[in-house]
Amino acid sequence: MASENILVNLEHARKSFGDTEVLKDISLTVEKGEVLAIIGPSGGGKSTLLRCCTLLETLDGGSLSFADVVVTTDDGSGAIYADKKTLAKARTHFGLVFQNFNLFPHYTVMKNLIDAPVSVQKKPKAEAEAKARELIVKMGLEGKDDMVPCELSGGQQQRVAIARALMLDPDVLFFDEPTSALDPELTKGVLKVIRGLAEEHMTMVIVTHEMAFARDVADHVIFMDGGVIVEQGPAKQVIENPQHSRTRAFLHSDS
Amino acid sequence: MINQFGADFLGLNGTLTLSSLLSQMGSGLVVTGQVFLITLLGSLPLGVLIALGRMSKIKPLAWLMRLYISFMRGTPLMLQLMALYYIPYYVFGIKLNLLNIDVQAFGGLMVNIPWVMTACCIGFILNYAAYFAEIYRGGIQSIPRGHYEAAEVLGYSKAQTFMKIVLPQVFKRILPAVGNEVITLVKDTSLCFVLALAEMFTIVKQIVAAQVSMVPFILAALVYWGFTMLVEFLLGRVEKHFDYYHD
Repeated sequence: MASENILVNLEHARKSFGDTEVLKDISLTVEKGEVLAIIGPSGGGKSTLLRCCTLLETLDGGSLSFADVVVTTDDGSGAIYADKKTLAKARTHFGLVFQNFNLFPHYTVMKNLIDAPVSVQKKPKAEAEAKARELIVKMGLEGKDDMVPCELSGGQQQRVAIARALMLDPDVLFFDEPTSALDPELTKGVLKVIRGLAEEHMTMVIVTHEMAFARDVADHVIFMDGGVIVEQGPAKQVIENPQHSRTRAFLHSDS
Repeated sequence: MINQFGADFLGLNGTLTLSSLLSQMGSGLVVTGQVFLITLLGSLPLGVLIALGRMSKIKPLAWLMRLYISFMRGTPLMLQLMALYYIPYYVFGIKLNLLNIDVQAFGGLMVNIPWVMTACCIGFILNYAAYFAEIYRGGIQSIPRGHYEAAEVLGYSKAQTFMKIVLPQVFKRILPAVGNEVITLVKDTSLCFVLALAEMFTIVKQIVAAQVSMVPFILAALVYWGFTMLVEFLLGRVEKHFDYYHD
């Protein structure tokens, strides 16, 4: 490892669905406290990359590790995954926020937050509830403890989902297009929360279509298209002054 | 002519009093209720196991459950009851008059359950579990993939995900379909007449034949209807309990 500050290390990741190669030799590292934004057109492999990093999809080839937990190794013949116990340990290192929130609809906000800490991590209920109350305030969800997700707006649901991920104290938080299901006004509230986390130096990897947000909040930006990293670098540089013609075409298509 | 028909129809030529008719029907209704409850207690959980087997990644098990469901839904319940009742004797030569259940542990009682009752209950449980299994399967498959993924990332085990996240949501979704089956079961208990189990319909049928009167049938219809209305009321209460959220 280059540095003990590296929380996520992905090397030469390959993934195909049938004959379609979705990830072609992707490598990236995420350092402690870093905010990495992944941008690019739909179908470019961003979500698949995130799903492979969060163990929801398996890589065909490549190596992946979280700090000192090695998830896959590859000696050139393909990805070899570690045993179940190691994968479970790796999962404690990261959290994931989905595009569609995926809150548990039959649980109240409070129960959504404390259930995993209590039934998975076996934390005392009172301790989990105290932490949940703190996060509820931090996410601007005061008074919503006993509501169920269907009583909340999309933006509020997404903030509950962020709080749910934070309850488990992840080292790194992945976001899969966290605002794509929200209208511009609700988007603002969610982005504000993520911005707040960035200011606290929470390590985050964010797949997003919000270019201004990526420019302002991310340290690094990766532009992906056709299963490869076309361009990467400091956020401001990639978004304001892209070097590659494909990146320029993408960034200027919506303005 | 018309008057004579009316008198026959109402059973006025018979000697059975209304109170005796009702008390006989009442004793039958108790048996009907027992078959109904025992069937639900057995088939609702058994259906979960069959549904899980049907969705299993172990191919032979999935195919076996498919075959089971197909057979149970594809042959008449009446035939299944008859087969269950007669097979032990005619195929294996075992004479089962009573099924003795020693419940000494529960207070020194010896309960003798007639084989005909046992056969009816087993037959209903096996048949209804097949229908419930398919309802469960539909419910389980309707839970969004994302809920499983959220649970996985949060570290829930497969069993925890199923018991805590999936099953409670499935309950709410399948209640109307399960309700349909439960209501059907109320009236299907009358099929026990083929084995002459003394449930309400068997008794009513015998009275009708003896008294040459249709009145018992009419009363029986009203009792079944009342029974299903009670079930509808209870199902409504359960649905209301799950009303606190929607998805």
